[in-house]
Amino acid sequence: MNLDDLARSTGEWLRGVGAMSDVVVSSRIRLARNLADFPFLSTATGTERTEIYRSVTDAITSTGGHEGSLLVDVAGADDIDREILVERHLISRQHLSAEGSRGVAIAPDETSALMINEEDHLRIQALGSGLELESLWRVVTDLDDALGERLAFAFDRKLGFLTACPTNVGTGIRVSVMLHLPALKITKEIERVARAARDMRLAVRGMLGEGTDVTGDLYQISNQTTLGKSEPDIIEPFCKVIIPKIVEYERTAREALVKHNAMQLDDSIWRAYGTLANARRIGSEETQTLLSPIRMGIHLNRFDLLDIPALNELFLHTQPAHLQKLHGRLLDDNDRDEVRADRLRSRLAC
Amino acid sequence: MSMVCQRCQEAKATVHITDTLPEKREQHFCEDCAEKEGIISKQPHTTNEILQQFIKQKTGMEQGEGVACPKCGMTFREFQLKGQLGCPNDYAAFEELLMPLIERAHEGGTQHLGKVPLTADGVTKKIAGLVRLRRELQDAIDAENYEVAADVRDKIQNLEDS
Repeated sequence: MNLDDLARSTGEWLRGVGAMSDVVVSSRIRLARNLADFPFLSTATGTERTEIYRSVTDAITSTGGHEGSLLVDVAGADDIDREILVERHLISRQHLSAEGSRGVAIAPDETSALMINEEDHLRIQALGSGLELESLWRVVTDLDDALGERLAFAFDRKLGFLTACPTNVGTGIRVSVMLHLPALKITKEIERVARAARDMRLAVRGMLGEGTDVTGDLYQISNQTTLGKSEPDIIEPFCKVIIPKIVEYERTAREALVKHNAMQLDDSIWRAYGTLANARRIGSEETQTLLSPIRMGIHLNRFDLLDIPALNELFLHTQPAHLQKLHGRLLDDNDRDEVRADRLRSRLAC
Repeated sequence: MSMVCQRCQEAKATVHITDTLPEKREQHFCEDCAEKEGIISKQPHTTNEILQQFIKQKTGMEQGEGVACPKCGMTFREFQLKGQLGCPNDYAAFEELLMPLIERAHEGGTQHLGKVPLTADGVTKKIAGLVRLRRELQDAIDAENYEVAADVRDKIQNLEDS
């Protein structure tokens, strides 16, 4: 597998399956780990970074079970390839723009991605479609155990796993769930839900995590507390309480739209389709915004020209880096908007 | 009539303060200046912002700012600016200064209750096990679940004797 193959596919987490997948797009768990014998990256020298990179990649390749996985040298990759990794949620924007030796090891089906030298020496992530936190936890904890046999992680009896930022210390766990909440947005209840989540010390953000805006009604909810609770005690409320509750609110709001505003709902779905299927130039953000009512329309059986995997493919392949990679050359903003519109028309026109 | 911020002299003043002691005094700021003056704190959005805000709160910290980690050389002041520690030893070097921040960032959590590395020494594993069991014992007692509590107490006894 190489990055070109990767760009053409959509990845496990966009398959549109799994629990509550009418509202929960995807789930992710990551663990932050650092090597005990090296400084954190804020003070590490270039040589130390390279040594950390080598130690971690050696450990990854020696654990076995990584046949067919792809190790990308992020420092040496070109701009488009780096952006593709960000668009696929395999690396963070911070990792893209960091300095020195760094990389990511991606499992063949993109169910896991190990970021090396991001904010911490190692970030073990598992990604899945729908609400799948228990199985993702098994993936990350097994990877953690396998790598922990080969690498001495910085650990303290009282504070647990030591991380570059004290907000991640302890378990180093970040659980995040991406939700599609168009009906709560329409009924203006979204702010109330976001406030309730923040009161529970959860972070509510846009699709690409910290500091990103919400587009296409996609929200990411994640924990902020990492110390003083075990990993299962952090994960369980997500599976049992928080996410099911928000899903219930969204489903109720969708039902109310169907019951009381069906005409308006259909109008917004089909107008979005009309624009996407006919535009001659269209930006990435507008595309994501218009795909939102269509995604809801598919789940409510009011739109049948696409299924969720096909919509997810469009969603991913119309983002700037994917668009250019699939087109085979770099494009300026204007050309990009035209190529995006062509791609959408060829997929959506009757 | 809308008032102009007395600090930047540009934006509309929306934060109004009236001091009554030592003498009556009125102050008017826009939101940004009020934040800069440390009068209000805006809702933080990201983990880093939350941390930065904790770090900014100076309560009793000035005296520790010059403390440096003997291993990596980072000072507490540098950490305050960067928001990132220099090496794992900083947690020990800055313990007194960091613990209040950590406690606030983790809803009062100060003791790790999660995984222990497979390679950790026996003592570390034993301590981690005891910490977790004692927490379970307390939860069982709080829930008046005495059967479970007795069971957990036996487990603690066994582990202590091992």
